Amino acid sequence: MDAATISRPAVAKIWSWLGEIPDPEIPVISLVDLGIIRDVAWAGDLLEVTVTPTYSGCPATGVINFEIERGLREHGIEKLRLKRQLSPAWTTAWISAEGRAKLRDYGIAPPVEGTAACAGALVPLDVNCPRCGSQRTERISQFGSTPCKAHFRCTDCLEPFDYFKSI
Amino acid sequence: MSALGLSPAIAEFALRMGDSCLILGHRNSEWCGHAPALEEDIALANTALDLIGQTQLWLELACEAEGKGRTSDQLAFLRDVSGYRNLLLVEQPNGDFGRTVMRQYLFDAWHLPLLKALMNSTDKRIAAIAEKAAKEVAYHLERSADLVVRLGDGTAESHARMQAAVDFLWPYTGEMFLADALDEELVASGLAPEPGSHKAAWQEHVTRTFADATLKAPEKSFAQKGGRRGVHSEHLGFILAEMQFLQRAYPGARW
Repeated sequence: MDAATISRPAVAKIWSWLGEIPDPEIPVISLVDLGIIRDVAWAGDLLEVTVTPTYSGCPATGVINFEIERGLREHGIEKLRLKRQLSPAWTTAWISAEGRAKLRDYGIAPPVEGTAACAGALVPLDVNCPRCGSQRTERISQFGSTPCKAHFRCTDCLEPFDYFKSI
Repeated sequence: MSALGLSPAIAEFALRMGDSCLILGHRNSEWCGHAPALEEDIALANTALDLIGQTQLWLELACEAEGKGRTSDQLAFLRDVSGYRNLLLVEQPNGDFGRTVMRQYLFDAWHLPLLKALMNSTDKRIAAIAEKAAKEVAYHLERSADLVVRLGDGTAESHARMQAAVDFLWPYTGEMFLADALDEELVASGLAPEPGSHKAAWQEHVTRTFADATLKAPEKSFAQKGGRRGVHSEHLGFILAEMQFLQRAYPGARW
């Protein structure tokens, strides 16, 4: 193995490292699960990681960039550039199936599939309670503890919960 | 057209968009910890956050297009009143919660169709910001329209306050649809739509929402104007005095 191969780990390997970096706000899911890492590519000996923001004002964006840099440097990546990509805009449709399952287990109802295209246009009708699984839930507020979540309540088990809203 | 091409027009347009987002975001943030209900406090703060995030995108574009090496922070914190290009509507004082909701609604119902049109801008950067912002603003409009109906068609007290809010804010809405020389340049180059072109969508939304809310739009069409050329109401100076205090008192201070 020559020096160049050692200093340039495979892109697939880098994706797996990124898949171990937790989202700073919802640490049960990784940045890859969230769908915000759009590309990983080598440009010569420089690694370029393309990241898209979730919400334009999300305060976690700076922390996310810091965590990516830190995570990759721990694996020996020295020359790294983060590229911000706005378009196509991030959508919750990019959250992986695994990510959705992890959200549910964590107590956050994942976005209802197929509703991302109508962001804000409707109240999702079939948000299931992440605790008891009931379909009888109601929205308390479209805005929750972080920009990406709405506040719901289950009318069966009476527990309030977060819904990761479609966008 | 100057040797710089479209860059000065893009910079000025980005300032207009960014400044309206910044000032409305700042006004909403003034409610933090004071809103009438916890959920509304959170919603106002989240809306402010979205708008200030969008501000950053627009002001970064303005900096890039003007090419003077300024940063978005410098634009936000070091311009005086006459340098600001926001709509007069957004700098109006918060008043009671009803007026804050009404101001947000009148803005959102204008903002969303504008952003949707900007997604077709010939400038990819403008289109990308619009695509990003439109998703967030769809949620803003859903909330503000819902609250206008709830409060307008609520108690006698809430109805009276919402009608007073409409009457107070209405003269500041006409400015949104007025075109000037810059708009002509933007339209000619396909950068942005004619400001009057989304008036019908706005009007239609407002008419429908007000009907549900049992509110009446004033018949007078007198419009206050000046924000886009830096002529503002006295309120903007007070906002900037607070918002810019730190950078004015401690120039160059860093987080």
